[in-house]
Amino acid sequence: MGMPAGTGLDPDDDVAVVDQGFRAGMSSGPEARKTAGEPFTENPRMKCRKVNVFYGDKHAIIDVSIDIGRNQVLSMIGPSGCGKSTFLRCLNRMNDTIEGCRVTGTIKLDEMDIYGREVDVVPLRAQIGMVFQKPNPFPKSVFDNVAYGPKIHGLARNRSELEEIVETSLRRAGLWKEVKDRLSQPGTGLSGGQQQRLCIARAIAVTPEVILMDEPCSALDPIATAKIEDLIDELRERFTIVIVTHSMQQASRVSQRTAYFHLGNLIEVGPTEFVFTTPRHRLTEDYITGRFG
Amino acid sequence: MTTYILLITVVVLSISGFLIGRYRASAMCEAPGASVKLHSRPSYYGLLTAMWCGVPALIVAVLWHGLEPAIIDHLVLSDLPPEIRSLPENRLSLVLNDIKNQAAGVMFSESRDPVIREAADHCVRLRAISRMAMSVVILSLSIIALVAVQKRLSPEMRARNHVERFIRCVLVVCSTLAIFTTVGIVLSILFEAMRFFKAVPVTEFLFGLKWSPQMAIRADQVGASGAFGAVPVFVGTMLVSAIAMFVAVPIGLMSAIYLSEYAGSAVRTVAKPVLELLAGIPTVVYGFFAALTVAPFIRDMGTMAGLDVSSESALAAGLVMGIMIIPFVSSLSDDVINAVPQDMRDGSYGLGATKSETIKYVVIPAALPGIVGGILLAISRAIGETMIVVMAAGLSANLTVNPLKAVTTVTVQIVTLLVGDQEFDSPKTLAAFALALLLFIVTLLLNIIALYIVRRYREQYE
Ligand SMILES: Nc1ncnc2c1ncn2[C@@H]1O[C@H](COP(=O)(O)OP(=O)(O)O)[C@@H](O)[C@H]1O
Ligand SMILES: [Mg+2]
Repeated sequence: MGMPAGTGLDPDDDVAVVDQGFRAGMSSGPEARKTAGEPFTENPRMKCRKVNVFYGDKHAIIDVSIDIGRNQVLSMIGPSGCGKSTFLRCLNRMNDTIEGCRVTGTIKLDEMDIYGREVDVVPLRAQIGMVFQKPNPFPKSVFDNVAYGPKIHGLARNRSELEEIVETSLRRAGLWKEVKDRLSQPGTGLSGGQQQRLCIARAIAVTPEVILMDEPCSALDPIATAKIEDLIDELRERFTIVIVTHSMQQASRVSQRTAYFHLGNLIEVGPTEFVFTTPRHRLTEDYITGRFG
Repeated sequence: MTTYILLITVVVLSISGFLIGRYRASAMCEAPGASVKLHSRPSYYGLLTAMWCGVPALIVAVLWHGLEPAIIDHLVLSDLPPEIRSLPENRLSLVLNDIKNQAAGVMFSESRDPVIREAADHCVRLRAISRMAMSVVILSLSIIALVAVQKRLSPEMRARNHVERFIRCVLVVCSTLAIFTTVGIVLSILFEAMRFFKAVPVTEFLFGLKWSPQMAIRADQVGASGAFGAVPVFVGTMLVSAIAMFVAVPIGLMSAIYLSEYAGSAVRTVAKPVLELLAGIPTVVYGFFAALTVAPFIRDMGTMAGLDVSSESALAAGLVMGIMIIPFVSSLSDDVINAVPQDMRDGSYGLGATKSETIKYVVIPAALPGIVGGILLAISRAIGETMIVVMAAGLSANLTVNPLKAVTTVTVQIVTLLVGDQEFDSPKTLAAFALALLLFIVTLLLNIIALYIVRRYREQYE
């Protein structure tokens, strides 16, 4: 991993500074690039160190270092275009599919470097699942939508095992009661909220360790949103969850830790209640008090 | 005044109508002390004026041109002496022809017959009157319309609505024209085919196994009546099309998948136009490529393998036709594959699917209606293709599904039936219409089936 020329940053002071990052809260300007709060935790599930992302020449993520705690929900907030989706997509290498996108730095899942040479993205993405902003069920039946992942990964030896996986996943996603009589109908025929829970069920079905969610409720009405939020809280028992959201209420309802991004920089990370009540960085404070964003 | 000058005058009048209308409309609301508000923007008043000025005049001009010859013919004929008028229909039309030639001043038909010469003069006079009258009517119509609209121009006038309604009418007329042309062609084919079926029973045509459309030249000739069984011809068409699709569908589909999913943008920008270039090669070029290169090659290969291959074979025609059709399949499939939302792919990749799994289980199923549509379109294209089969498939109507034999196709037969000197009411010529009708019905059925499949698919997945 090399430091790209022309970013105007000194590569060495970064990790050292984050620990006392609260200092940055006193001023703005160049210091905005140092992360305030507590970006690192004990025994994390994922470790990201000095992650940079470029789209061609555009530097979209700048030196982001953060830990993602086990069986916790980490929410990422920030004004739109600040790189939340971009960073999220680094975590399961979805950025590989974008032409011209380059990622540097290290991201580890437990002790495995996910950008390591020997790593195969196919099992990796089964370990780190993803739910997208717009519900995107496949043009297949409800059953086949959930069965898709287990089938391609060969998780079921026969039809009854597959049915069991599908049922468990749908139950965990809180969708079973609503769809058990219409498993063979197209998944695209469900309501928006049901579609999104179907996408969650689909992600759960391959038994991931981490689930990434990119604004999963932004296309949904308040009731469907509430259901998904409850669901996220339940899922925390089994999975580690990273959720991008533009709603600060949502972040405070569902997450234990919150990360604030600004123009590709990770400004502040901390326990959710602290970030929202006593932000250490002026930019975070401006954002959560609604002064911009 | 010639028609062109007349038309130009009308156009100039319309343009001035536009300018006057617009000017007067803006003057109405900008006049000092005028507190009125125009209903529409000034240019709509101008457009309205121009419309009334030009369109009725143009319609009259078109109608006049359409009806004038018939009316003049009628007048000329009714002035002829009774003994000529009582001539039989076809003789009478000959006389009329003479008169017209004379009137047009064609020298070699200078007639000595005073009656004809007189009639020709009459014809010339009538035409002159007609032209004059037309000019007067059209110009006055234009001017009257211009003045009338200007008279009625007022701020409350709903000029915009009138113009919008007029535009709608124009669009309706255009689409009706397209539909009626199609209906007209179908009806004329149907009508001629009916005449054919009077001579040859429908059942014989549909189920007859022998096709040799030679008819007796004279009615009293014996044993020379033709056989009009369309089965061998249709089997030939199906065989050649099937071979073509066998080539085009896999190659086209796979190159579409490669181009849209795997190829980098550099490859795509070069490869896509090159592939589409195949569609731009004139079919006659494919034809002689098939006849002069592919067919002999296949024959030689066959001989080496100890097979009996005729020098014109269904295989040669089908292979080349398949190549020709590849771009249809690939470019249509490419479009629909690109239209599959990136969300779908992301969803699949996000579950750890590989590229080919994503394509197989998500992209292709989602794009299938479009792909099926493209393939059926390609099939109709193959069935209707003429030049390649004329040159490479042969003329003999063998009833065979052996691709190494010469076969003939519906289009080839239509061509051979209609080239050369024809009598337009012999069954041999009319057979072409019957074949065309059948071809049309088959393509229609194909399209209906395609729509049905696509609709059922949509219902299932939307
Ligand atoms: N595929 C791409 N190519 C080029 N630039 C991109 C691409 N995707 C995102 N960007 C840019 O990267 C920045 C961060 O985008 P994104 O991560 O989508 O922001 P967020 O999700 O926080 O709204 C934006 O400035 C955006 O324009
Ligand atoms: Mg985003």
